[in-house]
Amino acid sequence: MHQIFQRVIALAIKELLALLRDSASRAVLIGPPIIQLLVFGYAATFELKHVPFVVYNQDQGQMSREFIARFSGSPTFDLLRVVHDQKSLQSAIDDKSALMAMDIGPNFSADLEAGRSAHIQLILDGRDSNTAGLAIGYAQSIVTTFNQTQIAANGARAPAAVLLNRAWFNPNLDSRWFIIPGICGILTLLVSLLTTGLSVAREREMGTFDQLLVTPMRPSEILLGKALPGFLVGTVEGSLILIVSVFWFHIPFTGSLLALYFGLFCFLLSTVGIGLMISSLAATQQQGLLGVFLFMVPAIVLSGFSTPIANMPLAVQYITLIDPLRYFLIILRGCFLEGGSAALFWPQYWPLVLIGMISMIIAGRLFRSQLA
Amino acid sequence: MDAVLVRNLSKSFGKGAGRRDALKNISLRLPVGSMTAIIGPDGAGKTTLLRLLAGILTPIADEIRVLDHALPQEALALQSQIGYMPQRFGLYEDLTVEENLDLFASLHGISHAMREHRFNELLTMTALGPFRQRQAGQLSGGMKQKLGLACTLIHPPQLLLLDEASVGVDPISRRELWNIIHQQVISQNVTVLLSTAYMDEAERCDHVILLHEGEILAQGSPEQLAAPLQGHAFMLGDIPTATRNLQSRIAQMPGVVDTVIQGDGLRIVMQEAQPPRLQDGLASYGQPRAVPARLEDAFVSLLFSRSVRHVVPLPPHRDNAHDGSTIVEVIDLCRNFGAFTAVKDVSFTVRKGEIFGLLGANGAGKSTTFRMLCGLLPSSSGKLLVAGLDLRKATAAARARIGYVSQKFALYGALSVQQNLSFFATAYGLSKQHRQERMKWAFEELELQEYATMNASTLPLGYKQRLALACALMHEPDILFLDEPTSGVDPLARREFWARVNALAEGGTTCLVTTHFMEEAEYCDHLVLMSLGEILAQGTPSEIKAKARRDDRPNPSMEEAFISLIEEHEQPTRRAS
Repeated sequence: MHQIFQRVIALAIKELLALLRDSASRAVLIGPPIIQLLVFGYAATFELKHVPFVVYNQDQGQMSREFIARFSGSPTFDLLRVVHDQKSLQSAIDDKSALMAMDIGPNFSADLEAGRSAHIQLILDGRDSNTAGLAIGYAQSIVTTFNQTQIAANGARAPAAVLLNRAWFNPNLDSRWFIIPGICGILTLLVSLLTTGLSVAREREMGTFDQLLVTPMRPSEILLGKALPGFLVGTVEGSLILIVSVFWFHIPFTGSLLALYFGLFCFLLSTVGIGLMISSLAATQQQGLLGVFLFMVPAIVLSGFSTPIANMPLAVQYITLIDPLRYFLIILRGCFLEGGSAALFWPQYWPLVLIGMISMIIAGRLFRSQLA
Repeated sequence: MDAVLVRNLSKSFGKGAGRRDALKNISLRLPVGSMTAIIGPDGAGKTTLLRLLAGILTPIADEIRVLDHALPQEALALQSQIGYMPQRFGLYEDLTVEENLDLFASLHGISHAMREHRFNELLTMTALGPFRQRQAGQLSGGMKQKLGLACTLIHPPQLLLLDEASVGVDPISRRELWNIIHQQVISQNVTVLLSTAYMDEAERCDHVILLHEGEILAQGSPEQLAAPLQGHAFMLGDIPTATRNLQSRIAQMPGVVDTVIQGDGLRIVMQEAQPPRLQDGLASYGQPRAVPARLEDAFVSLLFSRSVRHVVPLPPHRDNAHDGSTIVEVIDLCRNFGAFTAVKDVSFTVRKGEIFGLLGANGAGKSTTFRMLCGLLPSSSGKLLVAGLDLRKATAAARARIGYVSQKFALYGALSVQQNLSFFATAYGLSKQHRQERMKWAFEELELQEYATMNASTLPLGYKQRLALACALMHEPDILFLDEPTSGVDPLARREFWARVNALAEGGTTCLVTTHFMEEAEYCDHLVLMSLGEILAQGTPSEIKAKARRDDRPNPSMEEAFISLIEEHEQPTRRAS
């Protein structure tokens, strides 16, 4: 027993040394994840700012100018220019210089003063449907405020129902709070897969795998010795990313650290298992790398990182059940924003452990059959 | 007219403290149509010189003209006129033989009209015709090298640069490679410059350059180089038994430069032109007779004075270690890969403490047999016992009784020498104290101390081989498997390696070895000659040679015996190609 332990530790230390002594693999392991976190943290945001728009104002009155000022004064919209005919309005959208065009009819001020509803036409660039949709939302809220001020100023009757929004967990609906915990999950996935997914293939290429197999080590010991570095590197990197998220991006961490680390452990169990599965299938490092990316991309898309799983077709929703990142994202977001504790995450923990166990067993089997 | 003219060429790599001179002030000239060999120990600068002449590296030189192109300015123009075959030729393993040829033809801009004719010519020359549609990755080592040479020759070059083209190639393929090269020189007046670890290849060239640590130690025709040693070489004939023991004793005598086992005798090279004085128990072996000196003697003696050589003393002969008991037994072993039979009804036994050699052409099934013995590959049928056990089914403890040195010196390149040793010692379950003892042994006995903190990947080849041997010996195995352990290693390092193997065998470790160097086969107690998956002949080296004895060849060398026995056996198959 002692000898087995000693052998497994020796292999794990060897793996770590091989990773950390080689300046190239060291750089790949440490640099890119942190850089990616910083870049994605700033770049990936659902918030819309500085949307360029043009105005064709046919109205001469005070009201329309006030209306436009509400848009140009908001951080969401930037007034690109005022155009003077329908044609330039069209071309501004066509050549993508503006994302939105506002057409105010000649009777805007007159209608309002007369107590009638005034009409404004908003034209949006539908080629970028996502942004257009968001822009409409922002425009709507500006119009609503405008209406309320008008109603108050004119002493007219208040509208029947007024919606009061309050977002829990993320009061300002800062999308960074939503995205960065997700990136933590993705980067941890990437690092642990890369550490384990190439390790057997690398040895096959170098010819050292045969050398390992003629030692008294059993395949299960080799598997374990190769899994440990994945855990270690995954935990260290995960913690590093966590620190950057909390102290650099100021994402509030409201939950239990214990719950998160237990989640990380379960998550690494599944990713290391999958990594070793890929590794024992791949004959070369190139194949291993390909396998890692073939798994990574769908794992991210189906995880609910950017699009809600509830919106996916039912069949696809079932597929997401085998995606470890899906569960870990719930744990991460829960721990960051909801202040969740371990008890809350049992529905996430056990699938991760199950995926981990099954993939480890399959990896072990593949490992043995590859020897034959 | 000179094909190559070099004056005061130098080249260094690295900067600052890590700066290393690969070549120092080299001058040489190669006439058109000449054949020149570069020989020298590992790290002498052979590859660097070839790469410089191919215009791949930037030189520092007073003058360097290749085929009338001044380098490095006219490298591009030069490269369309030369053929350069690097040590590992970049064949595309997933492409077929024909697709590889097609690709290289396209790269050299050869028109489709010309291709078919040239392909046929090259495929006939290399005997690769029947394998046109086979993937390059599926070819044997010898065939890959021939295909590499064919791809290099696709555009008939005026200068052919070959970097150790015959490493890891069996004697038959090696002869075929040489025939192709010769044909080019004779029919096309091609100038050839090649580097090699085989002295017999260098002997076939017009001119030999001996490089050592970036400097030319000597150059001239093989005869010129061997001339100063005439009268220094002697042969001690008809030694009945214990040749290894005798060799070790004579090698340690003062004034002896080199000893090599050859057939039933021992070839001795002396520092002075005087026969060795055999005294005491040695006198009974008779008086050595003078033999003509050869290039290899010059190589060894020129380097003898320059490098410190480690004498490996033989441990006391342990009689109980050589009690003649069987340690490896193979009965009717078979292995199929799909429809292909790689190993067919192979049976042999290995006795304790003997050096057992497995010879055969590339693809004869040697490595497959080896892998089955080590438990890396299951057998299709047959019985296989190593130390009384089948390693495939045996417990982990049984595997601790064997050591394995693979072809590629499987080491962890990113780990230091010390870390490699420590890892393998722990993997074999050595206790901490025992581990330290063995590490100390490895550092001292194999002289790895000064490289202890160096990464294994940056070691010179000879030291990689030592480290691989040390790693396999950390746990003091009873049986040592050596799969082509001397491929590409220079003659000096090879001698040292064999001295160690001899010492191990003498101490009771059974050594099983595969090799392509026929002179190394002479060191074995027992040989098995394999061809096309079958055993062709087995016995002592003398018995094998006796089988190839003909009227016109009363005293065949091991290489001649190997070629003639295998060709006889493979003739039906080879004729088909």
